[in-house]
Amino acid sequence: MMQARIAYIDGIGVWSAALPSWQEANRILRGEIPPPQEARKRPSPELLPPNERRRAPDTVAVSLEVASKACAHAGREPASLPSVFSSTHGDLAITDYMAETLAEGPELLSPTKFHNSVHNAAAGYWAIATGCMRPYTALSASHRSFASGLLEALVQAQSEATSILYVAYDIEAQGPLSTVVDSTGRFGCALVLNSQPTRQAKFSLKWNTRDAGNPRDSIPGAQCASLVAGNAMAGAMTLLELLALSEGSCTYALGPRLELELEIAAVKNEAETAP
Amino acid sequence: MSPAPLRINAFTASSAAGKGVKATLEALRSRKSGLTPNDFGTRPVDTYIGRVGGVETTPLPPHLKQWECRNNSLAWLGLNQDGFIAAVSAARERYGSTRVAVVFGTSTSSIGATEEAYANLDGANRFPAHLRNPLIHTPHSTGEFVQRALELEGVCITVATACSSSAKVFGQAQRLISSGIADAAVVGGTDSLCGSVLFGFNSLELVSGEPCRPFDASRSGINLGEAAGFALLERDGPGPALLGYGESSDAFHMSSPHPEGLGARKAIDAALARAGMTADAVDYINLHGTASRKNDEVEAKVIGDLFGADALASSTKGWTGHTLGAAGILESVITLLALEHSMAPGTLNAMQLDSVCGPQIRIENTDASLRTGMSLSFGFGGSNCALLFGRGE
Repeated sequence: MMQARIAYIDGIGVWSAALPSWQEANRILRGEIPPPQEARKRPSPELLPPNERRRAPDTVAVSLEVASKACAHAGREPASLPSVFSSTHGDLAITDYMAETLAEGPELLSPTKFHNSVHNAAAGYWAIATGCMRPYTALSASHRSFASGLLEALVQAQSEATSILYVAYDIEAQGPLSTVVDSTGRFGCALVLNSQPTRQAKFSLKWNTRDAGNPRDSIPGAQCASLVAGNAMAGAMTLLELLALSEGSCTYALGPRLELELEIAAVKNEAETAP
Repeated sequence: MSPAPLRINAFTASSAAGKGVKATLEALRSRKSGLTPNDFGTRPVDTYIGRVGGVETTPLPPHLKQWECRNNSLAWLGLNQDGFIAAVSAARERYGSTRVAVVFGTSTSSIGATEEAYANLDGANRFPAHLRNPLIHTPHSTGEFVQRALELEGVCITVATACSSSAKVFGQAQRLISSGIADAAVVGGTDSLCGSVLFGFNSLELVSGEPCRPFDASRSGINLGEAAGFALLERDGPGPALLGYGESSDAFHMSSPHPEGLGARKAIDAALARAGMTADAVDYINLHGTASRKNDEVEAKVIGDLFGADALASSTKGWTGHTLGAAGILESVITLLALEHSMAPGTLNAMQLDSVCGPQIRIENTDASLRTGMSLSFGFGGSNCALLFGRGE
């Protein structure tokens, strides 16, 4: 049995072509409704003014969409939350642009693309769009990016006794880079985590790390896995499926001999105590 | 209640100023800059750079060959200074390989390898064979390399928040240790010169054609540099202490600081609060001081407002250039050297300080007993970090 630490999930956001919102994803992942027939290419986060919505890099559009939806679901003002952003590869379209321009005409490099190329661009735009001066961080850990980012969010929630926003996202590889980097589609998910049980709590999340000779990433059901298959952040689907099912446990590899154990249970009191 | 401060029982840094702490200290004392005319790449921007010599001739050992690229070679060069690998090995023996976390900072990681691949695509628009390696075309390339090189098997995360990356690693490591997820942590960072940053900062018109002069009235921009640095954090030990850390966001602009330095002030206040100290207890402050017009103007005002006239403050980027995601660890190590050797470095290359500077900002080195030192790092995206260190036993 796991020596549990505990956090509460107050809000969830998700976006991919097949999962337009958590409310729909919740039912799609349970198999109650099929994914939408006409997949949308890109979210359109209402947080940004219309002209910026179009210009925003894909990573920014995806992460702001899921972050704002998770905060709304949690009933939290975004500016009140510290945040952890995690992405395996960052904005692969901008990396492709940068490397191509540097090879062909480096003097023509766009200053805007350059400052958007930093790994913390999505977190930075989130802070600007919401006026949030609380700390954010931007992380990456190869195929362990979802679990490693989640760990940092859980550790912050516990050690600072706070609520925190966790956002994980990856997009499609472009150009020659796509021959060595595997990632397709655009996918993001976000959780508002709370160290305390409040009336906003939707789920409890028991968690801990443990040594493991051969740490395992639990695999979601085939139907769930296929919805964002190929995206570098697809591992998040394991946890999202448990949330849709309202219970269950899973593990993620954190290191060569360390894994993260998670156990989800629904918090029942929401209906009685909601305002 | 804040947990007891962590101890920094081993640390090292390599930059244009020198490889390892002895050479770095010697350069600081003798005021010898590592900045040289830019000779990086085939179409160099007209500027000065802080280049680390010998990176190209530092091969990775055979068992780490799959991580071969310039950024990882620089990380390897850095790891091999000052007995750092032996200190980590001893910690691994003490705690176990899964109990020593790696929290690694970088801005551009090994993107130089991706740039090289694009410059040498084959006829089918594919990477050349020797660069068809996913390990080195992702932000975690060097973080994972460092974990493998140190034979560690637990948590390993890359923090990539531009120029605050390898400062924020101290805070994350503190949280991992105080929450019991790890018993010790290797923190640090590496960023190497590459086309992205040289041409990128040039496109923003932030690069100077002369050796950078932080806080000088007629400063004309930054010089880019490269560095690798590491520190070993544990709960106990004789080393200097991490007394506090503070993080904040500007929520203002992607590439310009908040005009009143509000984010910087919040980070400094948070570091002091965590340490249970006030600003007058800080003896030395290593400033972000990039020599850009705007950063130095805003930062000088913040320092003048928050700290007493006795505080010794300086930017050391005249020695090293701006090493971006490695600046946090490099300048933390310089701050630790200042405490250990009772010598506050001044601001190399500055001749006439900007009128916005208060008495805190010093041009000359100052010999003085220093109990506490702060290091400031501010990054694109408005990501700020302040670290507060206390002298070791």
